[in-house]
Amino acid sequence: MRVYEVLFIVAPNIEESDIDTLVTQLSDVATNQGAHIAKIDRMGRRRLAYPIGKFNDGHYVVFTIEGTGAEIAEVERRMRVTDAVIRYITIRIDEDLKRAEKFRVRRVARAAATAGSRRGRRPAEPVLPIGNDEEDGDEEGADL
Amino acid sequence: MSSEQRDHGRRDDRGGRQGGGQGGRRFIRARKSCRFCADKVDYIDYKDGRLLGSYIPERGKILPRRISGTCAPHQRMLATAIKRARNAAILPFTLD
Repeated sequence: MRVYEVLFIVAPNIEESDIDTLVTQLSDVATNQGAHIAKIDRMGRRRLAYPIGKFNDGHYVVFTIEGTGAEIAEVERRMRVTDAVIRYITIRIDEDLKRAEKFRVRRVARAAATAGSRRGRRPAEPVLPIGNDEEDGDEEGADL
Repeated sequence: MSSEQRDHGRRDDRGGRQGGGQGGRRFIRARKSCRFCADKVDYIDYKDGRLLGSYIPERGKILPRRISGTCAPHQRMLATAIKRARNAAILPFTLD
């Protein structure tokens, strides 16, 4: 299963309601092809960093699609044909997310390891006054 | 703890460059360590225009890591994200 992020920009002269129908249309295309739409993010109207066609701003919409990849081709074909979509980008993110997750897990493990070693050292001091011989010996050995 | 140690290692890699640069007037005083490591960022989102915008100087180029101090893995992620953002019209290709 692959995860894709399909971002597309809808022309600013399109009505809000027409954008809604366009979004449902495109998501239907994906689901009909057997993909699962995990998330639809309407980022709203934003300024473009450079003019596209004759537009200076546009409505950003992001789909997060889980599928095999074949659905993406159909969605992209539809967007190419649709004049209201002035730009689209598809990015495969499952590998990036997996990598990010790996880093996160490794960091958590490392944090736990350092916290564990710190916790291991801390009780050694309170133990001293009670008179634990073994701990005492360790402490002195470390000092030397 | 260990992330601090790693940062020190990275700083050593490039310490000489930053100290000796006489042309420092062109840029703001360099950050010495990777901001993404400090913030524990695992994935740089290309849609975050404000974050990416801080890594493109006047001409719209990608800020080299000898100036920003970004570590190699994060600089790679950052470069990819900036290139994606350009295609999405979130960042400009050029600025003048």
